[in-house]
Amino acid sequence: MPLSVRDLTVSRGGAIILQGVNFTLASGDALIVRGRNGIGKTSLLRTICGLQPAWAGEISGCEDRIAFAGHADGVKLTLTVHENLTFWSQIFGCRRTQFALEAFGLENLRNRLAGTLSAGQRKRVALARLLLTERSIWVLDEPTGNLDQDTVKTLLSIIKTHKRGGGSLLVATHDQLEWEAETLQLDAFRPKKTEIFPIFASGAK
Amino acid sequence: MIALLVRDLRLALRTGSGLGLGVAFFLIFVIFVPFSIGSQSDLLRAVAPGLLWLAALLSCLLSLERILSIDWEDGSLELLATAPLPLEAVALIKAFTHWLTTGLPLIACTPIVGVLLNLEPQGFLWLIASLGLGTPALSVIGVFGAALVLGVKRGGLLLSLLVLPLYIPTLIYGAEVARRGSQDLNVMTPLLLLSGISIGVISLLPFASAAVLRANLR
Repeated sequence: MPLSVRDLTVSRGGAIILQGVNFTLASGDALIVRGRNGIGKTSLLRTICGLQPAWAGEISGCEDRIAFAGHADGVKLTLTVHENLTFWSQIFGCRRTQFALEAFGLENLRNRLAGTLSAGQRKRVALARLLLTERSIWVLDEPTGNLDQDTVKTLLSIIKTHKRGGGSLLVATHDQLEWEAETLQLDAFRPKKTEIFPIFASGAK
Repeated sequence: MIALLVRDLRLALRTGSGLGLGVAFFLIFVIFVPFSIGSQSDLLRAVAPGLLWLAALLSCLLSLERILSIDWEDGSLELLATAPLPLEAVALIKAFTHWLTTGLPLIACTPIVGVLLNLEPQGFLWLIASLGLGTPALSVIGVFGAALVLGVKRGGLLLSLLVLPLYIPTLIYGAEVARRGSQDLNVMTPLLLLSGISIGVISLLPFASAAVLRANLR
């Protein structure tokens, strides 16, 4: 079942920031969300993940199928890399910790405390978590920040494998990724006039 | 759920401060009482159950803010919200971890500090029983309060103001069980009321905490 977004209105802090967003993401598809800072990329992704309610519109086909990786990486600094990943593998009931470590080249860092890692290495730990969710729709917010060229290539090859396996992908990024995917330019969905509603307005859904 | 419990216990042990803070405050508070109100053993004996309960309550309060705020700041709460684990279970596990790292060590310290306050020998059992029944409720209410102030910078004061009124029934009946126990009176009525409060709070508040977490994650 494809992820389908129809006439979605997205709000942030009581103000409507995107209106009439429509797209469908079938299995094996990828969609890159682009737009200038503050346009609402993160808010759109959070709405699709169910972390914030849609102001209006409909999102279907995402129930328990989405793995989200946002700005904050959720990596615990006082746990080792292996402990961090084992925790998420247990939460998602998946036993592929070793595979995830190897896929992102974290094998030699497995017993290091996450607090002693560089920002890029920590980002790799956060991305390795995606492999442990065994979910088909990956929603990634700026996944290539802090990553070196080699790791970006690794991520792209993992993404290709994910897509070949029937997975799909929704990525918000400013970077030019060396792979072909449809682009959703958010500038087209800006409301003509910014309407600000009180947070507890009766019309809020 | 067990994975979350194990992780949180490991984090509490590694960072240290979360685990030791409550117990250290409890011990300091109780050790200083004889210095401040004098060494009259009758007076100490009379106030011991109430004071120990008050000290336990304030110790629980100290570590509340950290229960959820660390997971909120590093993004893991958001990731847990998109995981298969329901937020109600997350709230319950957080409360259980808080109790294991704060309430349980306090109960373990009680026999020692009871001696310092000249607690009647027959009072120890009831004091421990009342703390055993009451402190889980303090942790569950605390998680609810911590969920309410999630995202508020330095929300400690607000958290105390929200949580302390909710702590009052547990304090009244908990201290009453301990007082009656130490005076060899019938403890059944306050004991049943304390148990009722704890069971009610543990079974209902995680749902409220989860609803508040969902609202605050928006």
